[in-house]
Parts: sequence; structure tokens; C-alpha cells
Amino acid sequence: MNKTVNPKDLTSDGDGPLYAARKKVYPQSVSGTFRRIKWGLMAVCLGVYYFLPFVRWNRGLGAPSQAVLIDLPNSRFYFFFIELWPQEVYYFTGLLIVAAVALFLMNSVGGRIWCGYLCPQTVWTDLFYAVERLIEGDRRERMKKDKSSDPLKLERISEIVLKHSIWLMIAWWTGGAWVLYFNDAPTLVKELVTFQAPMIAYIWIGILTATTYLLAGYMREQVCTYMCPWPRIQAALTDEWALNVTYRYDRGEKRTSVKKAAELRALGEQVGDCVDCYQCVAVCPTGIDIRNGPQMECIQCGLCIDACDNVMTKIGRPKRLIGYDNDINIHRRQEGKAPIYRIVRARTVVYSAIIAAIGGFMVYTLATRSLLDVNVLHDRNPVAVKLSDGSIRNAYTVRLLNKSGYDRVIAIDAEGPVNLAMHVVGADSVTPDRPMIVIPRDTTSELRLLVTAPAENNPEKSIPVRFHVMDIGLGVAASATDNFVAP
Amino acid sequence: MTDHHSDIDSVSGKSTTGHEWDGIKELNTPLPRWWVITFYLTIVWAIAYWVVYPAWPLISSNTTGMFGYSSRADVAVELANLEKIRGDKMAALGTASLADIEKDPALLALARAKGKTVFGDNCAPCHGSGGAGAKGYPNLNDDDWLWGGTLDQIMQTIQFGARSGHAKTHEGQMLAFGKDGVLKPDEIVTVANYVRSLSGLSTRTGFDAAKGEKIFAENCVACHGDGGKGNQDMGAPNLTDKIWLYGSDEAALIETISQGRAGVMPAWEGRLDPATIKAMAVYVHSLGGGK
Repeated sequence: MNKTVNPKDLTSDGDGPLYAARKKVYPQSVSGTFRRIKWGLMAVCLGVYYFLPFVRWNRGLGAPSQAVLIDLPNSRFYFFFIELWPQEVYYFTGLLIVAAVALFLMNSVGGRIWCGYLCPQTVWTDLFYAVERLIEGDRRERMKKDKSSDPLKLERISEIVLKHSIWLMIAWWTGGAWVLYFNDAPTLVKELVTFQAPMIAYIWIGILTATTYLLAGYMREQVCTYMCPWPRIQAALTDEWALNVTYRYDRGEKRTSVKKAAELRALGEQVGDCVDCYQCVAVCPTGIDIRNGPQMECIQCGLCIDACDNVMTKIGRPKRLIGYDNDINIHRRQEGKAPIYRIVRARTVVYSAIIAAIGGFMVYTLATRSLLDVNVLHDRNPVAVKLSDGSIRNAYTVRLLNKSGYDRVIAIDAEGPVNLAMHVVGADSVTPDRPMIVIPRDTTSELRLLVTAPAENNPEKSIPVRFHVMDIGLGVAASATDNFVAP
Repeated sequence: MTDHHSDIDSVSGKSTTGHEWDGIKELNTPLPRWWVITFYLTIVWAIAYWVVYPAWPLISSNTTGMFGYSSRADVAVELANLEKIRGDKMAALGTASLADIEKDPALLALARAKGKTVFGDNCAPCHGSGGAGAKGYPNLNDDDWLWGGTLDQIMQTIQFGARSGHAKTHEGQMLAFGKDGVLKPDEIVTVANYVRSLSGLSTRTGFDAAKGEKIFAENCVACHGDGGKGNQDMGAPNLTDKIWLYGSDEAALIETISQGRAGVMPAWEGRLDPATIKAMAVYVHSLGGGK
């Protein structure tokens, strides 16, 4: 939070203070609809994050049995029934595009839903605030304790120690859960508690413990305000129909006290519902006043809505003085018209269509992708070899990919050059000119394949050659093309 | 510049820096404290780095840092570790016979990978990076071999070389029939055309085949054999096939017969360890020409 600089604070060179100190935020506890939604989403997000590595998925003997696993040493990514190889990284590209457009969609429907409810920074900060509140008390108590200049008593010291211990424990578990995604979780947990896990696991846990503790315990809303680019992007993405957490000034102004409002209403005068109780400011985790209109610092968590609703109920005025709304409706109400909510509009339809198209394409390609593949690379040096009888030979590096969970017997055929003969180095073909290779499951095999053909039958400088590979047990086939070149 | 000591922007209530362009004033927005602290920490970090790690160049050396760290030493350690990891597999390569290596897919892949890198470091300058050869340097991809193309023969050639001076080297050379006065110029032209005729190449008009055959029988058969089929014990090439190390046109053949040929292949025994030589033999054999 940038403090407004008082002219008296300006130093003699006239440049003002070099930095602005953070104004510590003490959010007050609140209950209500949006608080309940936030608790629920926090439970889901943290539950998924902490326990997903322990979910098992049977892939057969010898294959990892963890449902979600990033196996870096073997360069495989497992997600339930899906197994991805490094060359299929474009699925992640697709996923990222879908995620980005989903954020755009959220934004055009309900503002910063991601920031307010789902972002890890918000979820963990919320959790850390909950711990702080449980141990040190609510807003007023915490402010009092921080301001107090009394010498520390045992009770206060134990509070501080307890708070930081629990924070560190949560932070440690955050790092701990992270590394479980990269190795068999039950095994790694056993290794971690007996101090036999690889050093890199401890290093990563250390890094994530430090970042969680620092970002959720100390940096908090400053991460959103200064570090994160998303608030700026979100601000650029919003439009006049998007529903944002809004102070309905048409209803709220002029602000006045409960008593005075009652008096004025009795006289038939127009008064606002806002009683200037500052509850919306007290509960705000970024320490802003929503009544000043949309602000970059606002993560739109909706807690001010809950706080204001509670007050409105108490003073007997209608709820949602602060609510998800937009300026169009405020103006319409001022003109005496009914508000309109336009969720379905060009922007949301286009975003949804993009998500559906890319998501659908990804599902389609994933469902129809071949579990047997072949890549062919022609030798570059030499491109072609003349043999002693004058015939031509070309050499190829053939890579066979068996992405399935069982071994395959593969037969290789080639067509193109007339009267060609084929040989795979290191493989004795049972069938002449039709090499057969066994590829173990979930592996690639690199073969050196030689194609020889008489020069007199193949006078062209370059002839296309097509390699067919076929699983002779299941009939699954794949093919690749290259050229057969004369010297 | 206006006096900005008490210049407060009326809209935002913030002080300005006093910089003004066409009536627009820049607000004074100080950096957050954590940002400034982080910036100072990076400076501290940089100075600590100079002290701990080698950093500053001196006239003839450089500062070595507190712990004498060097990235070169790191490389040495990592290479030693790599050797240790490869130890078992390379040992298996050392003990297995050449034929067994070719039959075992894992050993074959290892030998080919090892052979390829060693080939690039040691053999490529003459034979080319893919073993394609050049004039005077045999193509190792084809099926024509001066000293034999079986695994054992290839390994022997790599170990001891050809005309390398090693005690067990391949010996034998193409004599300089012209320079040493054994054959007269017109005889050389005749026998050169005869050699061309052996592999079906055209001959010059008026070429006396019978005379050529007679010269060939008297001078060349001893090494190149009856009919010019060559002799791998002496490194005498087969003159009836389509592959010519120094070229097949008349001028090239005349030069070969007049001046002689004696290309040298160095012996690698002693320079490379036995397992590496084995790997290289398997690699060369697997290029495609191996018998």
C-alpha cells in the first residue's frame, strides 16, 4: 500500500522518502455466503493438492501405480488413464491455452474469481490468516498486541512461537506434497521420515517451505499488488457487463448514521443505506475501501459483501448494498429502470467456443492417438553409398515408439525403390527383407536400417520411400516417408 | 522545474516529483520497502559472490575465492563419476566377444554410441564424420575392404593400422612402376587401359588388350591376383569392382601406376583402450558394409 506522502516528511533534497513501508492489514473475521464458499473452495483446493499424490491407479506390473505422477528420470507424465511422452508436450500447450481462456471467461462473467477464490496465494494467505486469528485473536486484539510496547510476557511469546510453528508446519507440508508428485508418494514419505530420501527432495521442500511461509505469512496482499501481473491483465480484460464486487453508491449515498437516517427518512428525505460502519474495510484482506470504486488491489473475494450484509440485516435494510454488479445497472437503477444481467454476450460466447474447440480437439486427438509410432531419419553423411557391384545403399535411423503397456513384435516393410532389399543392423531376419523387431512396452527402439537397390532399376536421383511398421500380433500400423537417394 | 517541496496533486492528494510536461505532473510513488530491501540484498549477494567464488581477473591469474572453487574441477569430478557409472557396462564391452556384442541389442547400442563419439574424435579427420571417406581415404560404409571387412579384420586394422610402423601393422604397397623405371610410359598407358577393361570401363582406341594382359600378368598379378580380384592380405584392392580409392579415369590410373600408392592408417593400440577399440570396430562394422 502506498502511503500518501505528507509534505512534512519530505527530506531536504526534496525527493521524498525512498520507499513506502507496508501498512499492515488486520482483516476481521466474517461469516456469510461468500465466506462459506471460500472455506469450501479452500478445502477442495488444499485437499486435492495434499492428497492427490496418494491416489493409486493400476497400470499393470512394473508401471507406476500413482494416479498423477511426473516421472522426470523416465520422462513420462501419468494422469490416471493418460500417459504422456515428452514429444506430446503440446497437450500441455493446449491445456495452458484452455486455462488462459477460462480465466478470461471467468473475468468477463464475474470479475476476479480466480484471484478471490482459487489462486494459491489467496488460498494459503487465507489459511495463514485463519491460524493467526485462532491464536492471536481477531482484528482489534491483533492490532492491540502489535501496538503494545509492554515487555513481552510468556503468554505473548508462546502465542508468537505457536503461530510461526503452525505456519512453518503448513509451509513444510506444502513443499512436502509438491515433491510427492515427482516420485512414488508412499515410498517417498517413508524415505522422508527416515531421512533416506534424495537430497533434491529436501532441497525442494526447503524452497517451497520458505516461499510459502514468506508469501502467505508476510508478503500477502503485496504479492497481488506488486508482484503479480494478473491484476493489470484482468483490468484490461474486463468490460461494462462484467459483474464485479461493487459498492452500489446509488443506494449507499449519502452516508449517514442509523439514527440520523431514521430521522431523515421520517421526514421523507432521500438517505443512503451506508452507515459508514467501516465493516467492509475491516474484513478486507487487502486493506482497501471498496466504496472508492473498482481498484487494482481488490482481489474480489466478496468478504466485504458478507460484512455489509450482516450490518444491513441488523439495521433492517435490504442486503447487497455491496454485491456483484456493474455500473450499467447502477445507472439504470438511478433512472428507475430494472437492472439487466447479460451473462450471455459476444465475449463470453467466443471464450466458451474457444474453450470448447480447443478442449474438444485435445480430447479427440488424445482419444485417437496411436500408441505405435515410427520416425525415420536419413543418414546425412554419407547420403548414399555405392557398393562394389554398383548398387546403391541408403542408411536410415528408424525410431520405433511403443507407447502401450505391452511388448510388441514389429515387422518393417518398405516400398519405393525397385527391387529393394532391407536389413536392420544387429537383427537376424527370420523372413528375408522383412525385418522383425521386438520393442518392450513403454519404450523406444532406435534401429539402423539399410536399404539397398540396384542402380540400373532406380535411375532417378531421388525416390520417395515409405516405411510401414506393423504390430504383427494386433495389426496396429504406422508409417513414415523419406527418400532413397542416388550417389 | 517548479518548487515541489509542498507540491501536492489536488486529485490524488499525493505529492509530486516536481517534474512537469505540458501541465502534467509526475506523482511521487515510492517503491515498496520490501522491493528496496531486496535490491540492497542483491548488492550484498554480489559482493559475497566476489569473495566466495572466483571473480576478478588479475594480471596473470584471477581471484580464486574462499574455497578455491573452479568449474574445471567440477568437470573432472563429473567425468570421473560418469566413468564410474559406465564402468560396469564398459567392462562388459571389454570381456564380450565381438560377435556377442553384435547379437546383444544393449551391448550393440552401447558400442555404437561409444564408437560414434570416438570415431568423431579420432577417425573423422580422414574418413569423414560419417565414414564416407575421401580420395585416398576409404569409404567405410561400402562393402569394399582393403584389409577385410569382418569384425575381427576391422578390429585388427584399427589396432595395428596400415603401414603405421607398428610391429603388427598391415604391410604391402603399390609400387611406383613409372618412377622406378620398371615400366615404360607406353606400357603404363596400356596396362592402365587393361585395368579399366577389367571392370567394364571404356578403353582408349587402339588399345592392345593382349599386351596389357601380358604386362598385368608380369607385374600386377603377384599382389592383385589373377583377373585383378585383389588380395586383402596385402591390401591390394579388387580392380574388377565399381569402387576406386584414387579414381578410375585413365589419368588417375596412370598416376597410381607411375607413382605408386601407400596410404597410412595409424595404429590405435596404446592410444585407445581395448574396450574402446572394440566399440569402434563394432561401430564401423555396423555402418553397413561389414561382412
